[in-house]
Amino acid sequence: MTKQILRRLATAIPTLIGVVIVTFLLTRVLPGDTASYFAGPAATPQAIDEVRKKLGLDRSLPAQFVSYVQGLATGDLGSSLSTGQPVVKDIETRLPASAELTLAGLILALAIAIPLGILAAVRQGSWIDHLCRVIATAGVSLPVFFSGLLLVYVFYYHLGWAPAPLGRLDAFSSAPDTVTGFYLIDSLIARDFDTFRAAAAQLVLPATTLALFALASIARMTRASMLAALASEFVRTAKASGLSPRTVIVTYAFRNALLPVVTTLGMVFSFLLGANVLVEKVFAWPGIGSYAVEALIKSDFAPVQGFVLAMAILYVMLNLLIDMLYGVIDPRVRLEA
Amino acid sequence: MQRRDFLKSAVVGTLASGTSIAAPAIWSPAKADARAETLLIVSESGPNNLDIQGVGTNVPGYEANWNCYDRLITHEMKTLSDGTQYYDRDHFKLELAEDMKIDDMSVTFKLRKDATFQDGAPVTAADVKWSLDRAVTVGGFPTFQMKAGSLEKPEQFVVVDDHTIRIDFLRKDRLTVPDLAVIVPCVINAGLVKKNAAANDPWGLEYTKQNTAGSGAYKVAKWTPDTEVVFERNETWKSGPLPKIRRIIWRMVPDAGNRRALLERGDADVSYDLPNKDFVDLRNSGKLSIISTPYSNGIQYIGMNVTKPPFDNVKVRQAVACAIPYQKIMDAVLFGLAKPMFGAAPGAPIEIAWPQPHSYNTDIAKAKQLMAEAGYPNGFETTISFDLGFAVVNEPICVLTQESLAQIGINATINKIPGANWRTELNKKVMPLYTNVFSGWLNYPEYFFYWCYDGDNSVFNTMSYQSKEMDGYIDGARKAAAIGDTAAYDQDVKDFVGLAFKDMPRVPLYQPYVNVAMQKNITGYQYWFHRRLDYRAMVKA
Repeated sequence: MTKQILRRLATAIPTLIGVVIVTFLLTRVLPGDTASYFAGPAATPQAIDEVRKKLGLDRSLPAQFVSYVQGLATGDLGSSLSTGQPVVKDIETRLPASAELTLAGLILALAIAIPLGILAAVRQGSWIDHLCRVIATAGVSLPVFFSGLLLVYVFYYHLGWAPAPLGRLDAFSSAPDTVTGFYLIDSLIARDFDTFRAAAAQLVLPATTLALFALASIARMTRASMLAALASEFVRTAKASGLSPRTVIVTYAFRNALLPVVTTLGMVFSFLLGANVLVEKVFAWPGIGSYAVEALIKSDFAPVQGFVLAMAILYVMLNLLIDMLYGVIDPRVRLEA
Repeated sequence: MQRRDFLKSAVVGTLASGTSIAAPAIWSPAKADARAETLLIVSESGPNNLDIQGVGTNVPGYEANWNCYDRLITHEMKTLSDGTQYYDRDHFKLELAEDMKIDDMSVTFKLRKDATFQDGAPVTAADVKWSLDRAVTVGGFPTFQMKAGSLEKPEQFVVVDDHTIRIDFLRKDRLTVPDLAVIVPCVINAGLVKKNAAANDPWGLEYTKQNTAGSGAYKVAKWTPDTEVVFERNETWKSGPLPKIRRIIWRMVPDAGNRRALLERGDADVSYDLPNKDFVDLRNSGKLSIISTPYSNGIQYIGMNVTKPPFDNVKVRQAVACAIPYQKIMDAVLFGLAKPMFGAAPGAPIEIAWPQPHSYNTDIAKAKQLMAEAGYPNGFETTISFDLGFAVVNEPICVLTQESLAQIGINATINKIPGANWRTELNKKVMPLYTNVFSGWLNYPEYFFYWCYDGDNSVFNTMSYQSKEMDGYIDGARKAAAIGDTAAYDQDVKDFVGLAFKDMPRVPLYQPYVNVAMQKNITGYQYWFHRRLDYRAMVKA
């Protein structure tokens, strides 16, 4: 098992090297001049040149690349001009924020989508199947910023049930000591239940927004693979053997239907993590997606490179995790490997 | 049935747990107390650097700097007819200095003896010199701004004794003293910064980026970039009356709709960058106090590159000035929240003031005639560019202008330029037609004209306009101002404004407004030349 993991990690190295080179080149090719953007509103050409020199952008591309790689080797991803902080520190604080939100959204989506998908497959053509279809269609066709704003409008502005959309905590709570970076977990570790409640309250609307979006593909995938599993011979045999419907559906059909669902799950998770920029914007969530987009708009190279690299590493890890999950779910995958 | 029940209970369960988390009141009693002493500000973006002398400090960073550092002098306030507190350009107030004496070729400041930095160290003349030396040496924007007031060399700043500093003039310049009251020449705790400076960073720019080291009324207690800045009052502030508000929490809320919702629900106290439409709605609803003040010395304009055909022809430029849908822009883009810079009565005398409206109005027939006289009866093709960073205003202006220009045969394609790229494009000075805004901190007509119309061709002379006659008037006005020759000054100002309106290298559209929305219990807003908030005067009832 360890050997297999190490082998998988080794194959990821060329990918990462590729990512480093490509992001470096891409950020340099982008239009926009970092120096003149950050030289301020009243910059003369001399002032812009001075800023360029300070940022090291007057050097040749290979020279810049060498110093970038040297920095990488020591764990230095450079500094962000738009936040004024080292990129590593920014990613450290922002990645957990995004991950917490994404995981919460995903768990919520799973809790609804999987039962819904299973029921839709078992009672094909019934009202619940139609409900599943309607929810899935609505989920994919409602843009997240729209459903986000709608939720804010209804639950914060009109009803006043939800707290102000001010990010991870309201203005008067302070963040728990960082252990994992997940406020829900950190506040429990610190036994600070007020903060836990405040953080959870802030999380409800954005997580629901994400869940609405993620729900669709998971529910549809669950339904489709359940249908395939239910139509297969071993399920017919199980039914004929007089097993209870519950055993047939959960143990026999669902476990076999799980593989494509897990694959979808991996895709949905990584997609959500990078693509929930709009949700982050709407809820003032200090996440990694909005960070990267802001940096891109300002042609701030270092955060963009750092973001892509962090995401690449994350994807590699995620793929590994999913492959291992396959082995747990379906012993045949393990044998073949 | 079982499964249906399961589904029902699952759905109901998640809903129920959702509401039970969200339901409790947002403020506990302890928090309510904290809230009464705290001002919660929401805005789109926050600082990237707490030091205005740093590399690439953004505009929100100026606000942090302004409130955490003192300067030798600052401006008095005056009350406008609508009750707004507005900085008084011509009257200075002592801040860190307790005495200012202006001589022929120097100005001498005596420092307050009791003033201390926030770490307890006394403020000395050596700190002031170090800070001013730093401003003229670090390069980039701070050095440039100092130069605008003929403050260029460290030798100009002389320590007379521990509490006295003299600033020698390089030349007679009316802007030298005003330039000491802008944000840049802030007084920094030299000892503290030097102690924390790295060997390759003698001015300690990295330290002051993250930490405030001033003697000002507030200090930054916590800064999470792009999320929030928390300011605490400096209880030992000596340069003015102790501010009323103990704590300022400044949160970044990127979505304008949510900023508005926060204000309307009463959760946020102040916000100042909302779309004009929202300000108009909020004003009409009457629930909040809205203060709108025109930018001092700032104008949004349509510029034309005068070095290349067709805009090298003055008749074409005048035709454009006749074809711009001024009133439509005022109504549909700005919802009336701007001061028109067009439509002065024809033949009315030019005033000794800037900004002032020109006499052009939308007149398509006259524009067509001018186009024919210029030799373009069938018009031409061109592009009109704008900065996407301010698309909310720029894009509709360009679309309306495009429509209107099409009526006189000018077919303009719209060219959207990303914010990061805008300055690069401006610097190239090749865009034929574009909209842009310029505003100067120092509110003097000749200052505006020097940057925007002079043959020295600064970045802001985006049109590359060159005229010996214009240069003569501008130079004349600057010299006259330096020696206090009012008659010559007035004549030169009239002449350069007149020439700008005749040659029309850029068509002024309007003076934008700074809009601030506040809860009714918040008072003490002051308009400053830098257009950011001054927390020191604000009061929460």
